[in-house]
Amino acid sequence: MNKEEIICCKELANNVRKDCLRMVNRGKSGHIGSMLSIADILSVLYTKILNVSAGEPRKEDRDRFIVSKGHGGAAVFATLAEKGYFPLEWLKTYYLDNGKLSGHISHHIPGVEFSTGSLGHGMPVACGMAMAAKQAENTHRIFCLVSDGDCNAGSTWEAIMLAGQHGWDNLVMIVDYNRLQALGKSEDVINLEPLDKKLELFGWAVRKGDGHSIDDIEQCLSNLPETQGKPTAIIFRTIKGKGVSFMENDFNWHYGGLTDELLEKALKEVEVSS
Amino acid sequence: MRKAFNQELFKIAKKDPKVFMVLADIGYGEIEDFAENFPSRFINCGVAEQNMTGVACGIAMEGNTAITYSIANFPTLRCLEQVRNDVCYHDANVKIVIIGGGMAYGPLGISHHSTEDLAIMRALPNLVVLAPCDISEARAATHAMMAYKGPVYYRCGYKGELDIHDSEIGFEIGKAITVKDGSDATVIFTGTIGYNCKLAVEQLEKEGINCRLISMHTIKPIDKEAIVKAAKETGAIITVEEHNIMGGLGGAVAEVLMDAGVGNIKFKRMALPDVNVSKIGSQEWLRDQYGLGVKDIIIELKGVLL
Repeated sequence: MNKEEIICCKELANNVRKDCLRMVNRGKSGHIGSMLSIADILSVLYTKILNVSAGEPRKEDRDRFIVSKGHGGAAVFATLAEKGYFPLEWLKTYYLDNGKLSGHISHHIPGVEFSTGSLGHGMPVACGMAMAAKQAENTHRIFCLVSDGDCNAGSTWEAIMLAGQHGWDNLVMIVDYNRLQALGKSEDVINLEPLDKKLELFGWAVRKGDGHSIDDIEQCLSNLPETQGKPTAIIFRTIKGKGVSFMENDFNWHYGGLTDELLEKALKEVEVSS
Repeated sequence: MRKAFNQELFKIAKKDPKVFMVLADIGYGEIEDFAENFPSRFINCGVAEQNMTGVACGIAMEGNTAITYSIANFPTLRCLEQVRNDVCYHDANVKIVIIGGGMAYGPLGISHHSTEDLAIMRALPNLVVLAPCDISEARAATHAMMAYKGPVYYRCGYKGELDIHDSEIGFEIGKAITVKDGSDATVIFTGTIGYNCKLAVEQLEKEGINCRLISMHTIKPIDKEAIVKAAKETGAIITVEEHNIMGGLGGAVAEVLMDAGVGNIKFKRMALPDVNVSKIGSQEWLRDQYGLGVKDIIIELKGVLL
């Protein structure tokens, strides 16, 4: 990626962060930490990786992108709005009465492939899409973004085992590995380590990268699959609440609300890093 | 009945290259033809019903029809959230097929009974709920289900079911079938328990009591017209189902009657009591034990006619 593209991705990610902060403040909702964690990954995905189009969101050969951590959906809504899938004005209705945008990601919104909200649902559906694509000899890819919490769910591992068994190399699982979940550190709740080795043993090819380095993200998401005949997992180390110092690495921001005062403080921090 | 279902599904899959079968390691002796003839459209997810349902949904989202298939409550209760959030919310073309509706797997015990499914599944938006009563209905229901675009729940019997219909049937989702007309009272049943209803009605016929017998093979959308007509024309309705008394066929019929303002009739719900079915035995024996035998139906019918 050239310098200009990197700047472009960073700018998009920071705009998404600011959008999310405003949405959460206006809607008096939670999950801001989970949104900030994936802003950079989403920015690279929608700018450089996914074969998708704002003008034709349901085009047949699009790459399928399922966001299994549906509680971070506002970050996807913001990315899609910034990319022109629907008016930015819609973001102002997030979490509000008769609003366009719900607290969890919804397929009723242009550009969203699948609705989630309860964890553990994305990967099985992604597997079905991968199998169907193989059967129809279609070349599009299926990406599924999961969280630490998603990796607690048995259904996620049912899907991981099945994908490894069948070697669906059109399937990519992206792990937003911020190592925090709703009630604490993942290592204190369900220790996923060593996640890379577990996935390899389950028949997956694994890449690892820094989920906040535009360069790293782009490299990890390029030239897929990692190994022919195997699904690819990309474990991005991320920081929950990334970009706002008082939120970073603090699990309390899984649910925490954002007052007007804290919003201003947070927006300034994101602005400075732009 | 499961053989009839699989035979019809095979015929449909032979003609339609978009039909997939998604299993959770159940189907021995029945699914092999499909697996061998259409390997790229067949997958066994292992003993993992949540994954089975999610995978089926993903397949269906790509423009296909996906069948999930397993015993009794496995494809519904274990993975109810996948049925609700993935299949129903996305209006995905997934057909959820259970084998052994009610207590067909009697001696295997409660883990293999499906006795709350009608209540639970009919509460899910977008889901059509079918419960064919005999082989001819099972075959017809398979074709109707596969022709329908959208999620369907299909409560199949097991094996050895006797015929309830003795002539050609016209099967349409949401349109009840009158097995026998009558004017003294109406028996509305769903599923294979209908055979006991048929025997009871035939016995009463010999005693000069003329009952209407209706197969309510579609629990949702239910045939309101047939219910209201039966209430107005016969003045007495008994519902019979191999299902917990809460919220199944009887509840659905009662809702229709009250909503239509024709609740002022003689009415009785016959179903399993709201207890765990802990006794062990054949389906027929269990039906007798839990008040769904032929003689029980005769007694209740005579009771409402008094």
